[in-house]
Amino acid sequence: MIRLNNVRAGYRTANGFVAAVDGVSMTVHDSEILGIAGESGCGKSTLLKILYGQLGAGLSLESGSVEATFPDPATGVTRTYSANELRQLWWKQLSYVPQGSMSVMNPVTRVHAQMIEALPASMLRRGRKALRAELEAFLAELKLPASVLDAYPHQLSGGMRQRVMIAMASFFNPRLVLADEPTTALDVVVQKSILLLLVSLQRRQQNALVIVSHDLGVHYQVTDRIVIAYAGRIVEVGPTREVFANPAHPYTRALIDSLPQIGDRTVRHGIEGRPPDLAQPPAGCRFAPRCPHATDACRRTSPELTALSASHSVACHFPLRVAAVPAPLERVP
Amino acid sequence: MSNPPLLQINGVGKVFRRGGLFSGQRITAVDDVTLELPAEPSLLAVVGESGSGKTTLARMLLRLEQPSSGSILLSGRNLHGGPGPRITDAELRRLVQPIFQNPFEAYSIHLPVDFYLFRTALNLGLATDTDSAAPVVDEALRSVGLALERVRGKYVQQFSGGELQRIAIARALIPRPRLIVADEPVSMVDASLRMTIVNLFNEIRRTRGISFLYITHDLSTAYYIADQIAIMRGGKVVERGAPAQLLAAPAHDFTRTLLAAMPQIGARWTELEPAAGEPAVEPP
Repeated sequence: MIRLNNVRAGYRTANGFVAAVDGVSMTVHDSEILGIAGESGCGKSTLLKILYGQLGAGLSLESGSVEATFPDPATGVTRTYSANELRQLWWKQLSYVPQGSMSVMNPVTRVHAQMIEALPASMLRRGRKALRAELEAFLAELKLPASVLDAYPHQLSGGMRQRVMIAMASFFNPRLVLADEPTTALDVVVQKSILLLLVSLQRRQQNALVIVSHDLGVHYQVTDRIVIAYAGRIVEVGPTREVFANPAHPYTRALIDSLPQIGDRTVRHGIEGRPPDLAQPPAGCRFAPRCPHATDACRRTSPELTALSASHSVACHFPLRVAAVPAPLERVP
Repeated sequence: MSNPPLLQINGVGKVFRRGGLFSGQRITAVDDVTLELPAEPSLLAVVGESGSGKTTLARMLLRLEQPSSGSILLSGRNLHGGPGPRITDAELRRLVQPIFQNPFEAYSIHLPVDFYLFRTALNLGLATDTDSAAPVVDEALRSVGLALERVRGKYVQQFSGGELQRIAIARALIPRPRLIVADEPVSMVDASLRMTIVNLFNEIRRTRGISFLYITHDLSTAYYIADQIAIMRGGKVVERGAPAQLLAAPAHDFTRTLLAAMPQIGARWTELEPAAGEPAVEPP
């Protein structure tokens, strides 16, 4: 559906160009839920912006290409779009659920006005009353009360606002929905219902969904396939279950090991250090400075993303071969 | 005679008024909460959603709010007045220190972060000038894996969230308090750093004998480090107990809901029966 070919993209700063995404090739398939994981500052959000074709405003594509195949909204005939043409598809075929639902909604306008404002002119001709009825019917499908349409954003809870954003993003039955940390800053109970809403919409609309999150537990619960990003590169990609069962990259392994599990009080560790400054990334493997297995070869040459199996690839000179998530050694109640 | 418990929260309630003098609403944020921390160092986790009253409870422990009812005793002395000499502010700050949620908002962008560490040492009379405060500050930073020379003169933008949160912990350690009240200390940091922070709490409790009141919505880290967990909902403590007991036999429906909502590695939600009020997900 969307393929990135060796994309290098980033931001112009006072200290020169900073490549937040550096040499990334990846694919989003039809009707899949793809997760993008990694710590803050690893280029997850930039990757999502590239998939959305939201270039400009500081972000530019240095090299590489984006090939997207979508039905033309006017004719319905499938054709290929480049990064700069993707914006023609926004809302209709390609939509985006941003991170901070409070800061993206207009605080002085009621929700229905914001939703209708986003509709294309061809739909506005049908009249506000008819559109409102359609919106209400759609919200009812998502089990949202029609009264949210008359509310101002600040009158809704964080979870409710996020549901409204998801409703706006999926109203046109788009082929691809991109969600950037859709549940950060929400409580776990609300987080679960938001994630299940996204999954149920994806199943119903048979479209593709990309979820960015730093929480691997979220990815384990809802995604089919997972991309692990580190310092602007992809270090591992594969089916979620397989990546969790057999993580090949030490970074993936460390991320999984840092997750606390209820029922298990064995000592777990966070990952020491922090991702490198993308303005001056280290030579060789970018994870080497934090990697317990790094050798001189790792510090010299950067590993390529190599296939371990048809669907599972890793960028590491010494991929791990041990099963992760072992049975805990001891359970301390 | 044995020492009195470090903290006794006896039937504490807090009611806020909203609106005008005659048309105002009364909002009960905390409702008849009773909790206790023993004299020995321990870690009590208070787990609940937004709006459950856990932050208001923390603010009352720091004397930033007055309880509307009930009393809070710190080592047997009433925090909000009552018989006996009042606990002075300086005394309270030496006994109880806070760590807040958002490390990026806790520091001014115009002041180097070590300013806050030095100011804490000077304000609480632990040093007379910057020179004599330096070893105190350095010692606190070293116990969180940092050092004064790495922090001195740097500003908030130059640190990651995890580092800032460790500096916040170091600041709280400076007066060698008996209790640290940590309000959602890990919810704004990366999942990969959460364990670093909570492991630090464990270590500080062990090596320095400091007790913690750990406020969080994350049951999994609470399970990992707490001696006792109290589940709050709608201002009330609906359940409390040792982590293993709470997990093995959750007595309250809400505890079960919280447990089921944790994104754990195990059964996937979409393969389980949906809980009440959740959307059913069709199989692929």
